[in-house]
Amino acid sequence: MADRRYSKTHEWVTVDGKTATVGISDFAQAQLGDVVFLDLPKPGRKLSHGETFGVIESVKAASDLYSPVNGTVAAVNENLTAHPELVNSDPYGEGWILKVDLSGGVPADLMDEAAYKQAAEAGH
Amino acid sequence: MPYLVHSPQEREEMLAAIGVESMDQLLVDIPSSLRIHDLKLPRGLSEFETMAAVRDLAAANRVFADRLTFRGGGVYKRFIPTAVAAVTGKPEFYTAYTPYQPEASQGTLQAIYEFQSLIAELTAMDVANASLYDGATAVAEAAMMARVHTGRDEILVAGYVHPEYVEVLRTFSEGRGMKVKKGDQPTNKTAAVVFQQPDFLGLLVDAKGLTERAHSVGALAIASVDPISLAILAPPGEYGADIAVGEGQQLGLAASYGGPHVGFIACTKDLVRRLPGRLIGSSHDAQGRRGFVLTLTAREQHIRREKATSNICTNHSLCALAAAVYMTYMGEAGMRQVAEVSFQRAHALAERLAALPGWEMAFPERQFLNEFPIIAPKAKPLLRKLAKKGILGGLEVGRWFRELKGVLTFTCTEVNDPAAIDALLEALSA
Amino acid sequence: MTEPLSFELSRAGAEPPRLPAAGVHAPRPADVLSKDVLRAHPADLPRLSEPEIMRHYSRMASLNYSISEQFYPLGSCTMKYNPVANEAAAALPGFAGLHPYQDEDTVQGALELMHSLERALCAVVGVDRVTLQPAAGAHGEWTALRMIQAYHRSRGDKRTEVLVPDSAHGTNPASAALSGFQVVEVRSGPDGRISLADLESKLSPRVAALMLTNPNTLGLFEREILDVAEMVHATGAMLYYDGANLNAFMGVCRPGDMGFDAVHMNLHKTFTTPHGGGGPGAGPVGVKAELAPFLPHPTIERSNGHFTLDFKRPQSIGRVRSFYGNFGMLVRAYTYILAMGGDGLTQASLDAVLSANYLRKQVEGVLDLPHEGPCMHEFVASAHNLAPQGVKALDVAKGLLERDFYAPTVYFPLVVPEAIMVEPTETESKATLDAFAGALKDIVQQARTDAAALHAEPRSLPVGRLDEVGTARQITAYLTGQSEDPVLRWKRPAK
Repeated sequence: MADRRYSKTHEWVTVDGKTATVGISDFAQAQLGDVVFLDLPKPGRKLSHGETFGVIESVKAASDLYSPVNGTVAAVNENLTAHPELVNSDPYGEGWILKVDLSGGVPADLMDEAAYKQAAEAGH
Repeated sequence: MPYLVHSPQEREEMLAAIGVESMDQLLVDIPSSLRIHDLKLPRGLSEFETMAAVRDLAAANRVFADRLTFRGGGVYKRFIPTAVAAVTGKPEFYTAYTPYQPEASQGTLQAIYEFQSLIAELTAMDVANASLYDGATAVAEAAMMARVHTGRDEILVAGYVHPEYVEVLRTFSEGRGMKVKKGDQPTNKTAAVVFQQPDFLGLLVDAKGLTERAHSVGALAIASVDPISLAILAPPGEYGADIAVGEGQQLGLAASYGGPHVGFIACTKDLVRRLPGRLIGSSHDAQGRRGFVLTLTAREQHIRREKATSNICTNHSLCALAAAVYMTYMGEAGMRQVAEVSFQRAHALAERLAALPGWEMAFPERQFLNEFPIIAPKAKPLLRKLAKKGILGGLEVGRWFRELKGVLTFTCTEVNDPAAIDALLEALSA
Repeated sequence: MTEPLSFELSRAGAEPPRLPAAGVHAPRPADVLSKDVLRAHPADLPRLSEPEIMRHYSRMASLNYSISEQFYPLGSCTMKYNPVANEAAAALPGFAGLHPYQDEDTVQGALELMHSLERALCAVVGVDRVTLQPAAGAHGEWTALRMIQAYHRSRGDKRTEVLVPDSAHGTNPASAALSGFQVVEVRSGPDGRISLADLESKLSPRVAALMLTNPNTLGLFEREILDVAEMVHATGAMLYYDGANLNAFMGVCRPGDMGFDAVHMNLHKTFTTPHGGGGPGAGPVGVKAELAPFLPHPTIERSNGHFTLDFKRPQSIGRVRSFYGNFGMLVRAYTYILAMGGDGLTQASLDAVLSANYLRKQVEGVLDLPHEGPCMHEFVASAHNLAPQGVKALDVAKGLLERDFYAPTVYFPLVVPEAIMVEPTETESKATLDAFAGALKDIVQQARTDAAALHAEPRSLPVGRLDEVGTARQITAYLTGQSEDPVLRWKRPAK
């Protein structure tokens, strides 16, 4: 998908009007391994770009989640509570994490897919 | 030399295999200015001499007979079934490592899973962990759970909680962003109310009322409980406490001058992810065989590092095993019997002591189980007099609480037989 | 073979143990206490006879590997033989029967033992005082950091950061953070040792301490330790020693002489108290004189041949646990030290280093050895060379279990990919080391010829590889109300 943007901390964003959808990248889910738990915020929480909004855990690792955008949490993917494995099996679809009502535009430092791929591989 | 295996010839062979001529060549990275050539310690002894020296030290202590020990204060002499030491003395248990490789550690893992289940049943809480160091650090770890869970920083200690537990809580709270206060009126700044049931003096507190008061302001209730008492007293789960902690020494562990014993911690479902330390869960292998495994480890320090909310790694597994054997051996009926006998003997003793001239119950209106505070005339010389007769009398609690000068707490358990109680009274009257 | 849970073996008809009757005239709890104070629902504990209980635990014991039967090459854990004399010493009634609130004059032997142990540990690590109170290594680390914090504060010096190498054990950053410090990571250089350049760039007047283990977690002696100490002290910070690796150089050199100001020791590693399947341990902390005022109270003091507990220490950080520490473990460690003496402890460390280097030599060409030797008491290898076959450090570990060895520490330190950390200790014979190397060669051979078979190991243990992911997900399901099975405990099935 051409309009999917990525952060350095491996979150992705797509935007539809004023609403952003946020998840973690395929690269990130593969690094974490089988996801077993996500600790996520409640709708209504204000987020700023770069702020920690939750934790994602696999059996062997735990990682903070960072907001790639500014805005307010509109919805949390409730399916992940019972089925955290969706983050592994479908990171860009059923495994989405948050919907955020954007305040302002998408931060300029987010990368497109090609740039992210390069950065992720170099960083690893 | 004891416990070393290489012969001088094998050492030579090993050096040759490595391709060096001397040990010094293996130690080249150590700056020569740092090298020492002997330790300022005596030469080693034979086992015979070692044990003689150790026995001399043991003999320099005075051990009071269990049945003549009426002192508690957090550590109690109780009947320990022989089965306990027979199990913990099995080298397959005591010389095993932390069960990081589950396939080769099912004995330890299952035993501790049973410990978790037994503690959860006893406290009537949802889940218990694999153990902590002691009752004091268990209170401190529980307070930290409340601090993180509520986002509040004030820990309220209500009533006579064990003074050493409170001291440890204070030491812990520094750096963890907690403030420890005394009182029983929580506010919307309170993360948790900590109380002890029965309290340090042995008296029953209004556990239900304190729990409700904590909940009414959005704080958690942390109950520090005596595990034997739970055979007869309402357990924390029945009055709605959020975290139950305690000292498990009474579950089959020797007094051993204060340790090692075992702390336990159990909580409601909501708090499970905030539990410190190890947790063991039930699992299965590819063939469908049940096995047990360390789980939810992503909470722990080796993964979370500086973001972990507890640094505990080694816990008190072998002591938890002892407690599991004890609880399984005694069963619900055995623990109730022990608790009831202790209760009856303590009440019989209290009545006889209070009838002595100059003695009176310190809190006559309060109920107790098997430990109670009593005002005794000339406590110090009296205790010395008892010691001369081989009796370890009550504990002077004025040492910690100024308002309790002259108060002694006496305790009775199933090991203080009626003749021992007679002996105590006789010694006091002499 | 598996063993049912005690709860599953439970028989409703099993009689409770025979226990004494009260034998006094007094009310029973139900006669006196009001109903809302009493337990409403009896605890659902198992009901079993003693013969059944003993068999249950004996069968469980047989499911364990242990030092008594297997070689445990666990890096950083110092799994040496646990002398049986230690157990006999701790069980002496003159120790096991002591109540912690007995008067000092009735526990002179216990206090003397603790005092003598303190002096012996001071001699081994080169410090002035030791507290025996911490119950474990992590507990000791945190105790030491709290003392360092109190020291700086007493000088009106508010320092907020603690430096931790990237190769450090997870308890180091956790202990620092829980003392209220910010953790700043210091990188290892290409030779696995701390990078002086990176250290220099991280040192500032904000830094309270550098936490270091030496030899480091790669088993390498920090050659530039004296420079490190000088740099750290020049900024007013303190140097903390993580004693996980003390077994490398007893009688050879001392952390105190290297410039360490606070030193924690694991009696359950270096001083042979048993691991107990995960504790109890003991984590005493030694300090130089300037930190002594901040030791947890009580300390043990001697005057005119009489031993006392000193509670009057106004600058003390307070208590870190109840009573005086894991006394039973202190008895074991002291017994070991008496038996070994200065000469024995020194030879123990020399043999530990010899065995590690010997085993390392046997592993050459079998696994990757990312760092140059010689090593100290342990070394880190890597299963990276087996990546083409799809074989990981974990598979090597499981293959060793299949071959009747416990597995080395794997995936630690984090700075080495597919790390396999091996610490043989001085109490394993050359024959055992040879057999272990043989098993490793066999595994590597199998990785090249039949990796699939290796992935299916262990086959002959009580259980095979367990579904850890499934377990964690089921717990999530329980915690979120999707399932009734708590996973973390037995629960009587609903009717």
